[in-house]
Amino acid sequence: MGNLTLEKVCKSFGTVDVIRDVDLSVNDGEFCVFVGPSGCGKSTLLRMIAGLEDITSGNVCIDGAVVNTVPPSKREIAMVFQSYALYPHLNVRDNMGLGLKQAGHPRAQITQTVDRAARMLDLDAYLNRRPAELSGGQRQRVAIGRAIVRKPKLFLFDEPLSNLDAALRVQTRIEIANLHRELGATMIYVTHDQVEAMTLADRIVVLRDGRIEQVGAPMELYNNPANEFVAGFIGSPKMNFLNAPALGVAGKTVGIRPEHLILSRDAGMIEGRISHVEQLGGETLIYLRADPHGLITVRLFGEHAAEVDDRAFVTPDMARAFHFGADGQRLSA
Amino acid sequence: MSARASMFRSSAAHAILIAYTVLALYPVVLIVINSMKSRRAIFNDPLALPTRETFDLVGFHTVLEQGNFLLYFQNSMIVTVASLFFALLFGAMAAFALAEYRFRGNLLMGLYLALGIMIPIRLGTVAILELMVAANLVNTHWALILVYTANGLPLAVFILSEFMRQVSDDLKNAARIDGLSEYRIFFTIALPLVRPAMATVAVFTMIPIWNDLWFPLILAPGEATKTLTLGSQIFLGQYVTNWNAVLAALTLAILPVVVLYLIFSRQLIRGITKGAVK
Repeated sequence: MGNLTLEKVCKSFGTVDVIRDVDLSVNDGEFCVFVGPSGCGKSTLLRMIAGLEDITSGNVCIDGAVVNTVPPSKREIAMVFQSYALYPHLNVRDNMGLGLKQAGHPRAQITQTVDRAARMLDLDAYLNRRPAELSGGQRQRVAIGRAIVRKPKLFLFDEPLSNLDAALRVQTRIEIANLHRELGATMIYVTHDQVEAMTLADRIVVLRDGRIEQVGAPMELYNNPANEFVAGFIGSPKMNFLNAPALGVAGKTVGIRPEHLILSRDAGMIEGRISHVEQLGGETLIYLRADPHGLITVRLFGEHAAEVDDRAFVTPDMARAFHFGADGQRLSA
Repeated sequence: MSARASMFRSSAAHAILIAYTVLALYPVVLIVINSMKSRRAIFNDPLALPTRETFDLVGFHTVLEQGNFLLYFQNSMIVTVASLFFALLFGAMAAFALAEYRFRGNLLMGLYLALGIMIPIRLGTVAILELMVAANLVNTHWALILVYTANGLPLAVFILSEFMRQVSDDLKNAARIDGLSEYRIFFTIALPLVRPAMATVAVFTMIPIWNDLWFPLILAPGEATKTLTLGSQIFLGQYVTNWNAVLAALTLAILPVVVLYLIFSRQLIRGITKGAVK
């Protein structure tokens, strides 16, 4: 079991409110991702769930029990940190087993549990090495192994992939997804990378300035963002925000994703000049400067020839456009 | 930069460093070579190395036979090591608390603890003596250990809190989740990671304690608690000074400092933080 409930959780440092009235419930076995720009309070919220940061007001409940004052080691959670946070003076085996040893498990059982986790993560060969003798990817697997052996109710991940290079990041992302499938445990994962959020999450929590902006499944957020912030944050490349009055539409801005624009040389709704072209092989991104809308990104599939400074027209697929009011909230269509 | 210019720069740097080394070692070498010469040879040619004719260990004989040299040595050792131990332990603990915990007045407390660096402890000698008399600690090792610990703490807190701040928060948090107590986190995680800084503080703290004459003279002049520096004073007279004995005593006094320094400097160089984070 591993249910998490946050009730009106707040956190302030002095007079600065970092987390404001967060209500959230995460079901058993769910993979929940907190995503938001840096400084939005997502890591603080995770630390509050872990018990590493005090709660100013509100309740954190794990499996129905309020754990506000329970120390981290008694909350039956495990955490994986961005900087791995391995004990430099202990080898891999002791790093993974320390938590169990502290909890007073018998030695034979610890050995067995660590061995099983090491096999799962391909770490068998490195059990006697110190963290300094491992590569970045291996270190992060040890950190994950240390979390697994505790058999926690909740796995907490604090930007675990940020220190890895791009190729390793994709690989480790897949490993974490597989791990979630295998263990079926509740996982809470913090990232600023919306691609990680989209690919891993059962449910995404978008945070801004210590508040939840929207909670939902990845496709729900993509297809039905509640406001301009979520619309701009989810999806890559970023959604275009066009000037609504200039298009003769109600509201302040019209959001349209780069893949929902039709590019034409001859005619269209918006005229602009190509300012940059990115050829990625599988897709082509064309950046168009068009006043008063600013820079518009168009995403085309396959290879397309385009010259910088050429004139071009784009037409939004208005059926897939989102309308936002002056306050950034979505207008009901 | 051309290879020639870089060669010039590196040889200039070496020349400066070698000159400094010579300057720093000169008095030490002078003491050591003269301690092994006869009295006449010391005055005839102070800069000469001991030869077969001038070689004489009379100074060492005097030192070891006259007075309780071994006892003084032991006293100095006890006082220095104990003061160092307490100054480093409490300094590191205070530094850990200042760096790790958010509490009201944290900054003020840090400043208050570091203030002692700027105030010479000797200004308080009279008060300290009164205190020690009242506490019945005069002529005990504790009198010196307490004073030196207090004197060493400000610098230790000041330097170590800066280094404690650099110990990864994630690492400490990981240990908290694994159920380690704050004391275990301090001793097994934080302390080993600031070991190079501890060694630096140890060296800075140790040498003035070992060399101090003031407090042993005032607080512990009794025969049983005399330190080496104080004990050596018997060879320095108003009219006659037994230079052989003084130089021999100084030579012997250098040895433990060198040994302690070698121990700490190994720590200075060794860095085990690699691989802990990032």
